[in-house]
This record gives sequence, structure tokens and C-alpha cells, in this order.
Amino acid sequence: MSAFDTSFVRVVSARRTRTVKVAGQGISFQRFLPFLLPVVVIAAWQLGSSFGWISTRIMPSPAAVVVAFWQTTISGQLPNNILVSAGRAFAGLLVGGSIGFLLGIANGVSRPSEQLTDTTLQMLRTIPHLAMVPLVILWFGIGEESKLFLTALGVLFPIYLNTYHGVRNVDRGLIEMGRVYGMSNWTLFRKVIFPGALPSILVGLRFALGIMWLTLIVAESIAASSGIGYMANNAREFGMTDVVVLTLVIYAILGKFADVVARAIERRALRWNPAYQN
Amino acid sequence: MSVTVLDRPRREARNAASQVTGAAAIHIKGLEKSFGSNRVLRGIDLDIPAGQFVAVIGKSGCGKSTLLRILMGLEEPTGGHLHFEAVDGDDTQPNTRIVFQEPRLLPWLSVAANVAVGLGEGVPHDLLRKETVSVLSEVQLSEKAGEWPSSLSGGQKQRVALARALVSRPGILALDEPLGALDALTRISMQELLNSVWRELGFTAVLVTHDVGEAVHLADRVVVLDEGRIVLDLAIPYPHPRPYGNSALAELEGQLLAAILGEARG
Repeated sequence: MSAFDTSFVRVVSARRTRTVKVAGQGISFQRFLPFLLPVVVIAAWQLGSSFGWISTRIMPSPAAVVVAFWQTTISGQLPNNILVSAGRAFAGLLVGGSIGFLLGIANGVSRPSEQLTDTTLQMLRTIPHLAMVPLVILWFGIGEESKLFLTALGVLFPIYLNTYHGVRNVDRGLIEMGRVYGMSNWTLFRKVIFPGALPSILVGLRFALGIMWLTLIVAESIAASSGIGYMANNAREFGMTDVVVLTLVIYAILGKFADVVARAIERRALRWNPAYQN
Repeated sequence: MSVTVLDRPRREARNAASQVTGAAAIHIKGLEKSFGSNRVLRGIDLDIPAGQFVAVIGKSGCGKSTLLRILMGLEEPTGGHLHFEAVDGDDTQPNTRIVFQEPRLLPWLSVAANVAVGLGEGVPHDLLRKETVSVLSEVQLSEKAGEWPSSLSGGQKQRVALARALVSRPGILALDEPLGALDALTRISMQELLNSVWRELGFTAVLVTHDVGEAVHLADRVVVLDEGRIVLDLAIPYPHPRPYGNSALAELEGQLLAAILGEARG
């Protein structure tokens, strides 16, 4: 019987060490996994360019893109255009987002306001805002107003819809509690309605950020004399594919950066919510 | 001394901390409430002396919750009168608070901030802090003051809701099936807590419940409602706190059940 016991213990301990080993390998492998695909693709791309399988007139090598990055950075062209584009993006977000937010709150809490504007907004929402480009150029030319108008129009609807939806879905029981506990309308908004609608508003913000960059790329490619989109379009005319690809990379980085900021805001503002606690 | 409240907006709850009122009596005469053609309350007469613990029981749809909502000013009655009378001669409307069936805590505020909601607006910060800390120790949740409501159990959440109601030292406390969603053991400890804070603070309590045992255990008086009328008004003349499993209480419990079920058959 004692012999049986010992063998049992041995089996368990052997198994235990084996599991630990596998788990340790799994963690480092998982960390590396997200980067595997980009690294392989870029390596293959560089090889293809170096051996002349890919024409540099169609696609520059990754090394050429890095060189273009360096040259445009020291000439000041890239930082300037990034600043101009980012400024436009956030001005549009601020204007369109504010209008969408205020309309969403108003229509969420007030029935007359909803009846007055909701149908119209839902109708306008279905028009692709980029279809307005010809009209916008006629109205504003290629000045700053045209970019601001298009970006603001693009971000307005996702913010509006999600704010409205968020306000409408605040727990009625909490609003009733606020009323019986003597909250004024302003306190009720500040302590119950706004925080209750915030998760949905932040979803709207993240949608809006995507639309913001998209709109800006199109607007700057068609009608601009500065900005990342202008830089890309200008480079295309001179056949500088390395700069064109560089602008794509910059857009990806800016978009990712905006999303990371939005996620950080979400994590901070919704830390009461078990879904956002690690 | 007695105040008619029907013609004034009662949702403006008082700034309680600055106005600690004593328990208030409730006088209800010929109270009616209809939703369209549906007559939910058909002439309720009820006098509740200051400091009494009254339980209102009855089947679903008997009008007990509507009665409580009218008391809280959440519904306007379609007929009859409702008067409050403060025992200390204060002519103003008494401070009335409610505990709902669900805790209804604001999930984005800490436990302490949720309790502070019960004090209303414009209370100085140090007073707010002091009152919140003391009421949280009354419901034995001092150590949870800084936590999010999502980290609490169902019973703890309901204790926070009770603390929010008590922090303003209400003259009247309305309880809308506050223990209905809790498990049996938590319910018993919550009953003990309710009973002890009621004896200590002396407010007038109106408890709406499905649970006949709970009503008999906690209340001085049990009112049975059926189809919008009072069909039985029974005094429970036993001292508090009451032991569980008492045969005299069990007999009263049987009597009340018979009244509720008897009306159901007739």
C-alpha cells in the first residue's frame, strides 16, 4: 500500500513541473504573437525590394520610407503638416462633437426638443457626409472652413446618436430615486443622467475619432494646401512613393494614438464599472 | 400644526441635515387613486401616530405600492386627503425618505458619496462627512465607505440604501418591499437592523411587504389591503425586539394569512 502511495506522489510532482514549464513558454510566445505578422510582412517586403522583385515606382522599400521620414522631419515639412492636420482634426471634433453632444442631451431629456429635431437629424444622418465635398468647395473654397465643416459634420452624428441613446437608457429607477431625494434638475443631470449616459457617449467618441481621420484624409487630398493629405497628394504628383507610404504610416499612428487616448479616458471615467476594472 | 400637502410639490425634499425633524403622524382620509378606469385605491382611511411602525400587506395589485408612492409624492391622488403632522410642532412638511425594493445606488459614486445623496444639497462638507461616517457605522458598513457599489453583496447594497435614507434623520421612513430580493438569512439580519434603528431613531415607518412573517415580526400594526380597500387593521401588541418562532406571533400570522387568502377566494 505504501508503494502505491509513493508512485502516486511521484506522478503528481512530475506532472506539476511539466505544466509550469509549458505555461512559462506560453506567456513569452503570447507576448510575441501580435508582432509576428507585421515583422514577417515588412521583412518580406524589404527582401522583395532589395532583390528588385517589387518596382520602387509602385512600392518603395521600407528602408526608403524610413529615409523619407528622416528627410521630411529634418526639413520640418512632416512635423508642420502633422500639426496642421491634428489641429484641423481636433477643431472639427470639438465643434461637431459639442453640437452632437448638446443635441443628444437635449433630445434625451426633452420630448418637445426630440420631436422638433430628431427626425431631421436621422434624415441628414443617412447622407454620406463626403458627398457634400463638391458643395463644400463651392461654399468655402479650399480654406480651413471646408475641412472644419466636413470633419464637424462627420463626427456630429455618432456623438449625437450615442449621447441620445445613452441618456434614454439611464435607469429610470435611479432618476426616480434622485427626484424623491430632492435633487434639482442640474444635480440630477450631473450626478445621475450624465454619468449614466457616459459609457455610451464614449463609444460614440471612439466612432467619431475614426470618422474624423477618414474625413480629414479625403478633405485634405481634394482641397488643401497643407496637412498630411496634401503632402501625400503632392508626393503622388512627383512620383515620390516613399512619401506617400510614409503619410499612410503617419495616419495609422495618429489614428492609433487617438484611440489609445480615448481608451484611457474610458478606463478613467468608467472605473466604477466592473467591465473596466482589470 | 397639521399641514395639507396635496397642493404643494412634495418632491422638494428637505435639506435634512439643517432641519432634523421628529417623527411625524400621517392622517389619510378617503384617499382614492385611479389610473384611467382602473380604481387602484377606493377610499383609504388610515391614521398613523408618530413613531408607529405600520406594515401594509396584500396580494400583488392590491394598491399597497400605490399608497406608498402617494405618501412619497411620486403619485398625485385623485381624491381624498393626506395630512402630515410633526410631533414637535414643526409646521413644515416632515422629512420623508424611502428605501426601494432595489438598492438604486449610483454605481459611479463611492458608498460614502451614495449615502451623502440622502443629505441633499448645500450641506457643508465637514457636516456631510460626519453624518455619513456615523450612519455607515449604524448599518455596520464603515469599512466599505470608499468602495464602489459593484463590489458589495445584495444585502450590503440594501444597507447602504438604508443608510442613505437614514442619514437625514427622517420623520417618516417608507419601505417598499426593501427585503424582497434578499436571501432568507440576509433578510433576517436586515430585519434585526431595521428594528434596532427604528427603536433608536423613533421615526414613523410604513413598510409595504408580501411577507406576513416579516410584517408581524417588525410592525406595531398590520393593515391588510385588498382591491384598494382596507380589509383588516390588526394591532401586534408585543414588545420589541421579538423572538422568531413565537407561538402568539405565529397565531397572528395565521389570522392575517387567512384574511388575505379569504378575500382572494371571495
